[in-house]
Amino acid sequence: MDRKEQHRAPVYEALEAFKKKRVVPFDVPGHKRGRGNPELVELLGEKCVGLDVNSMKPLDNLGHPISVISEAEQLTAEAFGAEHAFLMVNGTTSAVQSMILAVCKAGDKIILPRNVHKSVINALVLCGGVPVYVEAKINPKIGIALGVQISEIKRAIAENPDAVAVFVNNPTYYGISSNLKAIVDISHEAGMKVLVDEAHGTHLYFGDDLPMSGIAAGADLAAVSMHKSGGSLTQSSILLCGAGFDAEYMRQIINLTQTTSASYLLISSLDISRRNLALRGKESFNKVSRMAEYARNEINEIGGYYAYGRDMIDGDAVYDFDVTKLSVYTRGIGLTGIEVYDLLRDEYDIQIEFGDINNILAYISIGDRMQDIERLVGALEDIKRVYGKEDSDQFCGDFIQPEVVLSPQKAFYAEKKQVALEESNGYVCGELVMCYPPGIPILTPGERITEEIIEYIKFAKDKGCSLQGTMDINVDTLRVLEGDEDK
Amino acid sequence: MDIWFSQLDTENVKTSVRVDKQLFSKESEYQRIDVFESKEFGKMIVLDGEIIFSEADEFIYNEMVVHVPMAVHPNVKDVLIIGGGDGGVAKVLTMYPEIEHIDVVEPDEMFISVSKEFFPETAKGFDDPRVEIINMDGLRYLRRCVDKYDLIINDSTDPFGHTEGLFTKEFYGNCFRSLHEDGIMVYQHGSPFYDEDEAAFRSMHRKVYSCFPISRVYQASIPTCPAGYWMFGFASKKYHPLIDFNPIRWKARGLKTWYYTTNLHQGAFMLPKYVEDLLEEEEGKKTRASED
Repeated sequence: MDRKEQHRAPVYEALEAFKKKRVVPFDVPGHKRGRGNPELVELLGEKCVGLDVNSMKPLDNLGHPISVISEAEQLTAEAFGAEHAFLMVNGTTSAVQSMILAVCKAGDKIILPRNVHKSVINALVLCGGVPVYVEAKINPKIGIALGVQISEIKRAIAENPDAVAVFVNNPTYYGISSNLKAIVDISHEAGMKVLVDEAHGTHLYFGDDLPMSGIAAGADLAAVSMHKSGGSLTQSSILLCGAGFDAEYMRQIINLTQTTSASYLLISSLDISRRNLALRGKESFNKVSRMAEYARNEINEIGGYYAYGRDMIDGDAVYDFDVTKLSVYTRGIGLTGIEVYDLLRDEYDIQIEFGDINNILAYISIGDRMQDIERLVGALEDIKRVYGKEDSDQFCGDFIQPEVVLSPQKAFYAEKKQVALEESNGYVCGELVMCYPPGIPILTPGERITEEIIEYIKFAKDKGCSLQGTMDINVDTLRVLEGDEDK
Repeated sequence: MDIWFSQLDTENVKTSVRVDKQLFSKESEYQRIDVFESKEFGKMIVLDGEIIFSEADEFIYNEMVVHVPMAVHPNVKDVLIIGGGDGGVAKVLTMYPEIEHIDVVEPDEMFISVSKEFFPETAKGFDDPRVEIINMDGLRYLRRCVDKYDLIINDSTDPFGHTEGLFTKEFYGNCFRSLHEDGIMVYQHGSPFYDEDEAAFRSMHRKVYSCFPISRVYQASIPTCPAGYWMFGFASKKYHPLIDFNPIRWKARGLKTWYYTTNLHQGAFMLPKYVEDLLEEEEGKKTRASED
């Protein structure tokens, strides 16, 4: 990476130059630099609405970049060590979906772990690909899915030599990384592409002592959530291509679903954040790691909580751990993660990323200050003192290997009916059921519903998880395929 | 020469003091610290644009956070001051011979050294051998304390600055745990007059009231505070600030004061109606007027 080049921010610079010209707008957006919508200016500020402009020659066009956006993408690719980079304006969801649409056609098999984001399943609904799930180990104590084991990848590849791609998370929401280098080597040898969801891994490209990034491991494509640890605006993201991937084809796939009115607020935020990461990312993420490590030690000192870190590493299912993540097991104080999550917000004015049945995750980033970390630790301490209970009701939820009856696409478009959750055993599910966050599916379209899954959904509902994805908002009923029960 | 220092009490009200000269200005790891010399108030120390104390009126504050609990609690041995980097509160505490330890937990070392340099009279409190300074975040220090103190004084003033964590439920809860079974916590309760301070005032009382069995508020007139009016919180596990108040015992000590008297002690807990209403609304004894 050429550090001097990285001082540039071509889109940002073009916007600045454009502003000085005071061009009279007879184009969209219709608010005309905010003049037509004073309340919007009041809310967002003049500077912000002034930057909300349309694609035009001096500012390039995201769908077909030839000048400043193209340069910004090149700088981004260099900063991330990739062959090519695409600035994305419809979330990492669109980056993940574009990756899948680029390698997977109707009927093609794709090998993936179960704890993928729902956007992956939705992409399979769009393209007609068929998921092959790799069995994921669940840590029995803290009840979270671990990384992908090499033996399981090998087995899945041997059993499905016709699969076109392998998809992995790097790291998971909780910070767990698999042996990505080995997965890439094995998959490439079998002629399969490797797609990496790095929604929680932007910093892997810049920090020290962090798990290996997808592109560094030789992956073909990686979806990177710049707006999470990278500091850009919500909804902005990056899609990276590794060596040898046809970038022009990738652009065509992206343009299938991408807006033709890309927001310059998002694009310029990517440009500036990339510059910031390239120039200062290393020290920033080292600071984040130190803050997270400090919090981990302090939380573990309280007792009852378990803030896990590198001690989880076992060389296989947990090949590496991302120390910037602060995940805490809370059942040791007798409270579920969801309960602690709600208490933190309602009683202590602290909003964390999520709580699941056993854990909470606090998102630590370059925007945090030590005094805020002290507040979080202090609140956890107080929660234990005031609300802590005898540890009971240990329910971890084992990995439930789903039976894929139909491809997500076929199930999604099949004739369906609503049945009561309790009576859904044996049916093929026609919709997505997941806890949000973290947005990892419990059921996906085309999978057989089992008694075990029904029990899990009831337990999650009972514990106050937000269940989403279903047509019935309360999840009292499920949408299942007609005439397909197999009891 | 006509230099004025202005403190914004609200967006629309400011308190201005004519300044003779600026003696110090530097950004510490935690805050911006300024020291001014003024005709009316003498030397003033200003943190992030707000007057923390001046030579002219610091006695009011220091006396009110110390003598009030000391005239109630019959046997104070161990005291913790959170903040208090100027040494003023510690200095008043050292007038009491029965106190054995005074721990001052102040994260900002620069604030301590500036106080020592420009306010040596106030910082004298640090010279007493019973006083120990601990450079640490208050919340962090408290996490390790259980059943350790008779009296905790929260000497931090700004609920929106770097000491924000000292105005939270977790802070009050940590104080509760750190106190002996008959312990008392005295804390800054801000000024209730201006609208923008009212919300912070309310939420502070709500949090403390839910943590401690006894939670009362008392007042003082401090010229350099917003609206010249400042409140303190008295939270206690056992002793009531008026029922357990012992004026005879306190008077027998013969301490020299400039603000505090045993009569004023009782008067300080007699609050204006609008303040009483705010507090009772947060205690759930009254509904807010707007909700009626």
